[in-house]
Amino acid sequence: MDAAATAPTRQDVLQTVWPLLTNDFGNPSSRHELGASAARALSFARGTSAAALGVRENDVVFTSGGTESNNLALKGLALAAPRGRHLVVSAVEHSSVRNAARYLAEHHGFELTVVGVDRRGRVDPADVARALREDTTLVSVMAVNNEVGTIQPIAEIAGAARAAGALVHTDAVQAAGWLDLAELAGGVDALTVSGHKIGGIKGAGLLMVRARLPLAEQLGGGGQERGRRGGTENVAGAVATALALQHAARAARDDDGRAAGFGTHLRDAVVQDLQDRAVPTGHPEQRVPGIVSFCFPGTAGEAVLLELERRGIQCSSGSACHADSDEPSPVLLAMGYAPDLALTSVRLSFTRDVKEAEITQTARALVAAVRAVAPGA
Amino acid sequence: MRTSAPVYLDHAATTPMSPAALEAMTAELARTGNPSSLHGAGRRAHRVVENAREALAAAAGAHPTEVVFTSGGTEADNLAVKGLFWSRRDADARRVKIFASSVEHHAVIDAVEWLEAHEGAEARWIPVDTRGRVDLDWLRRELEADPDSVALVTCMWANNEVGTVQPVADVVRLAAEFSIPVHSDAVQAFTALDVDFAATGLATMAVSGHKIGGPVGIGALFVRRDVVLTPVIHGGGHERAMRSGTLNAAAAAAFGAAAVDAVGRLHAEAERLAGLRDRLIDGVAQAAPDAELSGPSDPEHAGARLPGNAHFTFPGCEGDSLLFVLDMLGVQSSTGSACTAGVPRPSHVLLAMGRTEEQARGAQRFTLGHTTTPADVDVLVAAIGDACARAKKAGMAGKESSIQTAGTGLNT
Repeated sequence: MDAAATAPTRQDVLQTVWPLLTNDFGNPSSRHELGASAARALSFARGTSAAALGVRENDVVFTSGGTESNNLALKGLALAAPRGRHLVVSAVEHSSVRNAARYLAEHHGFELTVVGVDRRGRVDPADVARALREDTTLVSVMAVNNEVGTIQPIAEIAGAARAAGALVHTDAVQAAGWLDLAELAGGVDALTVSGHKIGGIKGAGLLMVRARLPLAEQLGGGGQERGRRGGTENVAGAVATALALQHAARAARDDDGRAAGFGTHLRDAVVQDLQDRAVPTGHPEQRVPGIVSFCFPGTAGEAVLLELERRGIQCSSGSACHADSDEPSPVLLAMGYAPDLALTSVRLSFTRDVKEAEITQTARALVAAVRAVAPGA
Repeated sequence: MRTSAPVYLDHAATTPMSPAALEAMTAELARTGNPSSLHGAGRRAHRVVENAREALAAAAGAHPTEVVFTSGGTEADNLAVKGLFWSRRDADARRVKIFASSVEHHAVIDAVEWLEAHEGAEARWIPVDTRGRVDLDWLRRELEADPDSVALVTCMWANNEVGTVQPVADVVRLAAEFSIPVHSDAVQAFTALDVDFAATGLATMAVSGHKIGGPVGIGALFVRRDVVLTPVIHGGGHERAMRSGTLNAAAAAAFGAAAVDAVGRLHAEAERLAGLRDRLIDGVAQAAPDAELSGPSDPEHAGARLPGNAHFTFPGCEGDSLLFVLDMLGVQSSTGSACTAGVPRPSHVLLAMGRTEEQARGAQRFTLGHTTTPADVDVLVAAIGDACARAKKAGMAGKESSIQTAGTGLNT
């Protein structure tokens, strides 16, 4: 129950990339036949990804993953041709966006406006509109929060930002597979996708960034990806990302509500049993089904996690990147939760392949785990 | 024209995964787990990464805490050059000079030029001799003149185009007299030569997975324990807060396995490849007498040249034409480094070695690796005379050079 941290590589993806890991191992920059064959595979990956996102092939830059993509989007767009040194980000961004923005502020003189969220984790587009200035170069707001699953009103935010002349980036790492990425991509200038969160392989992801926009290369060396990202292209990783993305796009389009039913059932079952000892976090409606999160007053997050693992459920308190920290989640703090309560957070996350029995078992285990560590519950 | 399977003589661009690496990768791809997660699957993935870290450290003479996993050699070079520059300059604003060999890989060159464009760095390119070795006397004079203005020195361990092995230990000793940190791009040297990070005293050293029989998409920067780098990729604070991003457990495991495997066979394999290389050099010299070897010859196998590298200039041949003809004859080679192969322009390495643009245009690189056999070398030797003749003819027909085609402006 930790798919938001990483999901298993899809079997069909593995089978397709297998030849690229073995016989067809060429470097796409080599100009002999083996290199040409690798270049064709890379081109297939680019075309497939572009189609899934509804963008042009030249808008796709393959990277080593979501973190690098977020860094490239923020620093690359902010440093290339800034119309001014002002950035707007939300208070619930992933650490890669948060820290890239902080870097721009500390080292390149950018002013940073952090837009808050409500108790349900949602950014108010009016707040973004108010934060915009004439020197705002970039607005970055994630499409779906990785800890509480809240969907952000990206279309409205992007509309306001672009009308004011700013560029818009969205971290869509957790949106892939749940939201219509083509629709999302259509409204922004740059969008981040990670391969391994959607059944691709680790170490691969992409940044959709409009080819006409100047982008300051962050990893220089060799001129790959049209001078936007140096380094030998990870062909197997790119193909895996493309196939996973294609699958994610299809899944989002053919959504039958089954997963949403599971998410609701899990949340309701836990709340029904634990009553006010379980506080579901995030937005009740504007949320992706695959992330269900709670705080459990009177427990400590770690204790519940340990009890859950004893019962065969592996999940997390929030972001895996934040896992070994003793600090409360910045996301929950931004949502207005007291630090004590924020420390009791538990996140359950799953893919569409989840089985009903797994949801039922998880709900039961979660209730039992909370009761075990907080007997009054 | 071709009757059998093509002969792959471009191992410096990328080399197939070793069986050990492939096995490790396959096993790990079948599992899941984010190494930062605290639950069982996460802890298991974490152990996989830590085992790989230990294996890699042992293979390179480093301590496991000195290994920072990256997405590859390019990122490792960027992190080292930018990270060292930032932390050195932040400590003392006078330190803005970067001394870099004039034959560095583009990953280092681009990072240096990026720092010039964005951070006020001043690049000083260390000259090399006709064999591609850096001029230590020049470097000493320059460092002595104003040591307080130097942020770092960077000198690759072995050149990716012409195979020249650099006196890295001497460079480090020299820089150490002025307490200046040295970075080395050891992408081509690692597992081809004896590479001992701790013994050299380097501040940082970059290596790449797919050049040693590991997968594409992973590399590492060795960072001496007392060295702190400002990160290039910000995020969750992975890898001693120097490199963020979900750790790539499968690739790390395969990288570790490839390193252990390659280092275990290093001396025997280096000797085998050096023998094949010399057979290739002798064969080409006979079949194409006007071909000129670039970089040092190393008949005693004393470590002056990468064991698997042979690089020539063929007068009157357009490198691109020769590559194309050879490809049709079943031999896959390169005109230089694959990273610039997409854009025809004369190699900066050859120009730095004093070759003319005309000479540089006829460059062809043959690089051997773990799958190379004597028969592979013989196929090339049998084909090269004919291939040269045809490439020359093609060159006469279209005298418009590929350099003009590129329109890079570098030739002006």
